Amino acid sequence: MTIAPDSILIKNIKERFGPSILDTIIFRDEVTHLIRKDSLLEICGFLKMDSELQFNFLSDIAAVDYFPQRPRFEVVYHLYSIPKKHRLGLKVKVEDGEVVPSVTSLWNSANWAEREAYDMFGIIFEGHPNLKRIYMPEDWGGFPLRKDYPLKGYKDQYNPYGEEKK
Amino acid sequence: MGKGGAGMGIIKSPLEGVVQFTTLDDIVELTGRTAAALAKTTGVDVVVDSVVNWGRRSALWPMTFGLACCAIEMIAAGCSRYDTDRLGIVFRPSPRQSDVIIIAGTMTKKIAPAVKRVYDQMAEPRWVIAQGGCASAGGPYNTYSVVQGTDLVIPVDVYIPGCPPRPEALLYGFLQLQEKIKKEMPSVFARYEVKA
Repeated sequence: MTIAPDSILIKNIKERFGPSILDTIIFRDEVTHLIRKDSLLEICGFLKMDSELQFNFLSDIAAVDYFPQRPRFEVVYHLYSIPKKHRLGLKVKVEDGEVVPSVTSLWNSANWAEREAYDMFGIIFEGHPNLKRIYMPEDWGGFPLRKDYPLKGYKDQYNPYGEEKK
Repeated sequence: MGKGGAGMGIIKSPLEGVVQFTTLDDIVELTGRTAAALAKTTGVDVVVDSVVNWGRRSALWPMTFGLACCAIEMIAAGCSRYDTDRLGIVFRPSPRQSDVIIIAGTMTKKIAPAVKRVYDQMAEPRWVIAQGGCASAGGPYNTYSVVQGTDLVIPVDVYIPGCPPRPEALLYGFLQLQEKIKKEMPSVFARYEVKA
């Protein structure tokens, strides 16, 4: 199935949220929209509730660090519609220190996914019910998947090969 | 060791010539020999040690504690095909009942305090086997979250290479540990620890 420009995945969203859609990428028959951060919740709510789209399943949230580009981070939402059997990607750009609205109110699966993005990148999700570390120990310092975090970590009692802490 | 302390001096008794209930320092002082040389000449110790060592190495009960893919090989070693039970190696569900802990897999910094605690809960004498590359030296994971070798957390007796080592390798590790236990001198060390 190839994606036509008048596909509902593009048309329905662009009709309503035209100015909020910054870019639309079609790659390997999958549509991804780069959207403005402040309209994220509005667009997600529409994607979930619209009778033609029915994105009732958030399969994952990914985060990318494009350091030293600015804004630094990109949060990627992978949506799937179980009744309609179609997929959609959403991307939001975030600067370090800015907050992203949490989508936990729409999809419960966002709870752990957003905690993961916070744990690894330090991206703050506003409105998350329990935003704390999920993988790393609770007293961990820093966010390991950031580009400026040393690959071998910092030197401590368990890792004599790490970098010296500055 | 000061004179007149508890357990001081060689006791004269019908068992003349048999050294008993004294400290290692006393014997070293009296005879001017090293601890190892003494252990060789004191016949009772050799007999006691050999019996104690036989008992210890013949019933090495490991702690059921797996961390990563090495644990799968450890489980295979414990099941019917490789069957560690025939060597007296019976997995126990409690550190209080265990003699040896197998560090089976990648130890992350997050699990390291738990490993230390389980080891501390084991009664002495206790031994540690580091199974696989990760437990021995961090393996391929020279990263921010992985402990670069079990010996940074607890002392290790036997290192088993492999990624993961086959159950035969784990069994060989146990045999090496048994060889190591054969050479221990528990009665000498027991006295030494009482003194300390």
